[in-house]
Amino acid sequence: MRFLKESKQFLVVAFIIYVILKALFVFGVASSYIQQIVQYAVIIALTSIGLNIIYGFTGQFSLGHAAFYGIGAYTSAYLTKVLGIDSLFSYIPVLMACSVISGLIGFLIGIPILKLKDDFLAIATLGFGTLVRVFFDNSDKISDVLGGSRGFVGIPKITNLELVLFFTLFIIVITRHMINSRFGLFWRCIKDDELAASSIGINTANMKLMAFTYGCMLAGFGGAFYANLYTFLHPSNFDILKSIDFLIIVIIGGMGNIVGTILASFIWVGFIEGLRIILPSEVLDIRWVVIPILLIFIMMWRPYGIMAKKTK
Amino acid sequence: MEQISYILQQVVNGIQLGAVYALIALGYTMVYGVLRLINFAHGDVFMLGAFVAYFLISKFGLPVYLVFILTMVSCALVGYVIEKVAYKPLRDAPKISLLITAVGVSLFLEYFLSLKALFTPNYIPFPRPFEIETYDLSFFVITNVQLLIFIITFISLFILYLLIYKTRYGIAMRAVSYDKETASLMGVGIDGIISFTFIIGASLAGVGGILYGIAYPQINVFMGIMPGIKSFIAAVLGGIGIIHGAVVGGLIIGLCEVFVSAFLSSTFRDGVIFIILFAVLLFRPMGIFGKRIEKV
Repeated sequence: MRFLKESKQFLVVAFIIYVILKALFVFGVASSYIQQIVQYAVIIALTSIGLNIIYGFTGQFSLGHAAFYGIGAYTSAYLTKVLGIDSLFSYIPVLMACSVISGLIGFLIGIPILKLKDDFLAIATLGFGTLVRVFFDNSDKISDVLGGSRGFVGIPKITNLELVLFFTLFIIVITRHMINSRFGLFWRCIKDDELAASSIGINTANMKLMAFTYGCMLAGFGGAFYANLYTFLHPSNFDILKSIDFLIIVIIGGMGNIVGTILASFIWVGFIEGLRIILPSEVLDIRWVVIPILLIFIMMWRPYGIMAKKTK
Repeated sequence: MEQISYILQQVVNGIQLGAVYALIALGYTMVYGVLRLINFAHGDVFMLGAFVAYFLISKFGLPVYLVFILTMVSCALVGYVIEKVAYKPLRDAPKISLLITAVGVSLFLEYFLSLKALFTPNYIPFPRPFEIETYDLSFFVITNVQLLIFIITFISLFILYLLIYKTRYGIAMRAVSYDKETASLMGVGIDGIISFTFIIGASLAGVGGILYGIAYPQINVFMGIMPGIKSFIAAVLGGIGIIHGAVVGGLIIGLCEVFVSAFLSSTFRDGVIFIILFAVLLFRPMGIFGKRIEKV
């Protein structure tokens, strides 16, 4: 429990945010749509932190993060629908199962592909993402419940603000602790110089695998919450473009910056979903023209992300 | 007997698709050779080729040979601009930054063209520049579209071969892809050669785009993503940076895709291609024609 004490300040801030949000929701200031996107933003933050562990801290470029998010979502959707779960207490084991399955698949796929570097790792993870997408598209051949390319319908709605927010907080506290532990140090070593890291006795293969598995587990949690928030899943929600979304969030938030990732998630979801309320649809399409230009400028201006600590 | 002619028919169809992949894969492999970059935007240059051809045929009704020339020129221009604007300022940046920039360029091209004022994200029927004729060769049938694809691909490859192996630019390009620093010490203008590589690659992708549009007459602003990735896999399969490897890889990928669609299910074709990718990356990362690189 020492690490709970250490992150006291952070928990207090989070609790104040929770009280403000809850007050807004209870007094009906925020519509149910806004409530939904706030929860969605927290889910995105949780998943993006997973990618930040993989890419931002350990330097393993992954373009397949949405696949693990999707695995979590489909697992949760299947389990809650088939087992008929609707209470919070029986939902916690399902969440754990989703995360373990995502993590296990991440572990198994990580053993071979983490030997690859940079652009080849990118293309391999992208390939894995496409394979998972193909699997979801054909999933109705395995079990009709999964719905295949028609989409998975009728998932029980369990996710609520308290659950998402406090669970995410718990995960963030653990993640911060992990990063400050020796493992976090090893991860950052590997990112800076893998050869040097292995020469001082760090088992780089194991450490990379650990970071990758941990990041995938977080994506599994995020996916599970997502499935039980929107009650509908479609394979196209988990394709390459979704993985690029997470990547953009990590880059905006800064590589190796957890608070930055959380802020970036809220900015991102606000930008993508929030603007839908204000702007007409013709203007909305321009968002996706602006974002790539922004991305290119970020890469030229600050290649480690906007909110990253300055490096020499 | 019927079985054999069915298989032969699929081989013809596979070569048709594979030829287009080979044209795109050449651009990937050449750019990777000189810059060590997976040019994610290359698939979108291919898409752009199809759209320029669509525009030229449907709005101006130009003859086919003019369509080919104008499309190649405009794709070459786009490739040149992409390199100068997006990649050149980042040449000394970390490798991943360059890759993310490439993803950014790719997204920009897709979403810019999908604006409602331009082409919208919907499928657009590609106009037929000529009537389709079918020739029955007793074992299998072949259409004039397929013949056109084979002939154009062959001519492009022949010109490319002459360009790379018989001209000074080709020698300079191979020198740059072998060792950039040493090549520049020998008086090779690196910037010019990189631009030249992008121009050649983009115009080949443009040709691929027209042929794809004629063969599968429905175009869409996102149509470049999957052929782009598959062509990159083709380049990896043949050995990245090796010209004839890209052609062989493209044909293998095209044949695999058509055979999986014909004998298994068309929904599995993308999956099989990526299983090939995993197998290549794990067991022979240098590709079919690549030489093993000794670890230092």
